[in-house]
Amino acid sequence: MWRNSANGYGLIQIVLHWSMAGIVAVMLPLGLWMTGLDYYDPWYTRAPDLHRAIGVLFGLMLLARWVWRLTQVQPTVHAATSRDQTVAVLVHWLLYFIPLCLIISGYLISTADGRAVEVFGWFSLPATMQGIDGQADIAGDIHFVLAMALLALIVLHVLGALRHHFVYRDDTLRRMLRPQIPPKPVKEQ
Amino acid sequence: MKVHSMSHLAAGMLLLLSGAALASDYVIDTKGAHAFVQFHIKHLGYSWLTGRFNTFSGRFSYDEANPDAARVEVTIDTASVDSNHAERDKHLRDDDLLDVKQFPQAHFVSTSYRDRGDGKGELLGNLTLHGVTRPITIEVSHIGAGFDPWGGYRRGFEGRTTLTLADFGILRNLGPASKEVHLWLGIEGIREE
Repeated sequence: MWRNSANGYGLIQIVLHWSMAGIVAVMLPLGLWMTGLDYYDPWYTRAPDLHRAIGVLFGLMLLARWVWRLTQVQPTVHAATSRDQTVAVLVHWLLYFIPLCLIISGYLISTADGRAVEVFGWFSLPATMQGIDGQADIAGDIHFVLAMALLALIVLHVLGALRHHFVYRDDTLRRMLRPQIPPKPVKEQ
Repeated sequence: MKVHSMSHLAAGMLLLLSGAALASDYVIDTKGAHAFVQFHIKHLGYSWLTGRFNTFSGRFSYDEANPDAARVEVTIDTASVDSNHAERDKHLRDDDLLDVKQFPQAHFVSTSYRDRGDGKGELLGNLTLHGVTRPITIEVSHIGAGFDPWGGYRRGFEGRTTLTLADFGILRNLGPASKEVHLWLGIEGIREE
């Protein structure tokens, strides 16, 4: 139920996957929208505060996800060809790696002058690497490029899932929607 | 004897003819950071926000006997804007404000100086900022001059001027109280020997 098996994902993996997917779906447009806001817009300071705080929480979830990914069994990949298999594995690892870099680059923008990142007033994440020449600008450019790369990967990931579901008609998408139910013992005849 | 007085005369004539050449040239002491390009602008109309440009270079020439011949030239690295907040500075560098990628330098070159006596005067010149060149007037006060303890000769001024951002094509709406930015310049030069 909670853990993964060779047949499917456990509930923890499924909840992490979809809540993080939801966060990304909010964070990408939020990031693009907030940087274009007028100075007098009520969201001018609120939106970046929200973006930073959600980013930190997303980072914690990603950490949990990494731990889970490295300690749990993974269900068998249904791939038609070995090339498909390579692409799927590569996209998955990039989907783990790029958000990590995205979070770090965002953190480096906000903490470039030593300020901490406030998370909804619950706690704050202090600055570590700071004062590098042009840090906020360089980290900002990287943050934008990585966000666009993530968007492209998500498109590939979704297309892949839909292809499995509608073309190959396997359970690749279904097993991410429903926790794997232990197979019923086969009765001997 | 005669040769001697002749050479004196020649020297005196040279002195009269070359008034401009007597003016000393100074390099603005950015190396030792005894020069500042600071700005202040109202925040929402409720307070002053100050910042500065950390990287610039320039020279001036000045002759106490003929202050109206003073000349100044300063080049500012716009990306060096520093308002003590990295995220704000990043925004100040963005294309809706200073647009430092397209306009990495601001440049001021004087066209004339009007001495009003008592060490005060008006420096007229052209400022190129955000790719727009406009004449501006800087209110100047001579602060002091003299030998420094390390073998050099220094001279310093302060300057004040006010710019309307829209005049330089910076159209980002920062609010009705924040259409003008005030510049304060603290300039110390080391005389070139």
